[in-house]
Amino acid sequence: MSTEPSSTADGAPPSAAELQARVEELEETVADLDADDAQQKMTIVATQGTFDMAYPPLILASTAAAFGWDVVVFHTFWGLDILHEEKSQNLQLSAVGNPNMPMPNALAALPGMDRLATRMMENRIDDNGTATIEELIDLSLEQGVDLQACQMTIELMEYDEDDFYDDVTVGVGAATALQHMAESDIQLLV
Amino acid sequence: MSANDDVTETLDVKGASCPMPVVKTKSAIDDVPEGGVLEVLSTDKGSMSDIDGWAAGTSGVELLEQVEDGDVYKHYVEKTA
Repeated sequence: MSTEPSSTADGAPPSAAELQARVEELEETVADLDADDAQQKMTIVATQGTFDMAYPPLILASTAAAFGWDVVVFHTFWGLDILHEEKSQNLQLSAVGNPNMPMPNALAALPGMDRLATRMMENRIDDNGTATIEELIDLSLEQGVDLQACQMTIELMEYDEDDFYDDVTVGVGAATALQHMAESDIQLLV
Repeated sequence: MSANDDVTETLDVKGASCPMPVVKTKSAIDDVPEGGVLEVLSTDKGSMSDIDGWAAGTSGVELLEQVEDGDVYKHYVEKTA
């Protein structure tokens, strides 16, 4: 859009009608800008697929949707497992190399320790009234959060598009994610 | 006049923790008629700050009152538009 003041070819000042048209054009532009600003946008890139790392993006996304924001969560690499209907039921907490775990690594590395740590966390979540991952996914989708599954990762992991929850967006890549990020007020990498 | 005199609907999210009180409040307020007041009952201590923040950042709702009643946090949200 040109920002030059309109004028006639011979350099004479613009007529009242021309100025009027120009004012109307600018008013429309401002109205469009206001409409664009009315809704906040957030893009989260979810890259992790452990039990504990599945929570932050889902909690923020569902809450942002409650604010009426336009929310996209782009799931890539291990983050894709959060949207995988079967794998999302079985996300694990890693006991090894996790300084928050009350056990030494040598013990944490024993078979079944991840399963045990995950079971303990699941029990605490249940006791605390914290939602399950599946509940948060359903809530997010119900509220119109766009949960996107990176197409490249789907192929890399040899997943099928049918493996994901209904209403998950497939067939999207980095360019789509960047486009949403560029338009977003908030961008997060988890 | 206290806000709880005008309650149109009550949402009971006792026992649920973040982000449920806010998310459920948003869903419930959608079904409240304009001018109506939604009462939200929660046991989540964070709901005092969260519902306040949600109401401030959301158009068409106004937080009228928040009351701590024993273990229960009561919130009164009016649907203004």
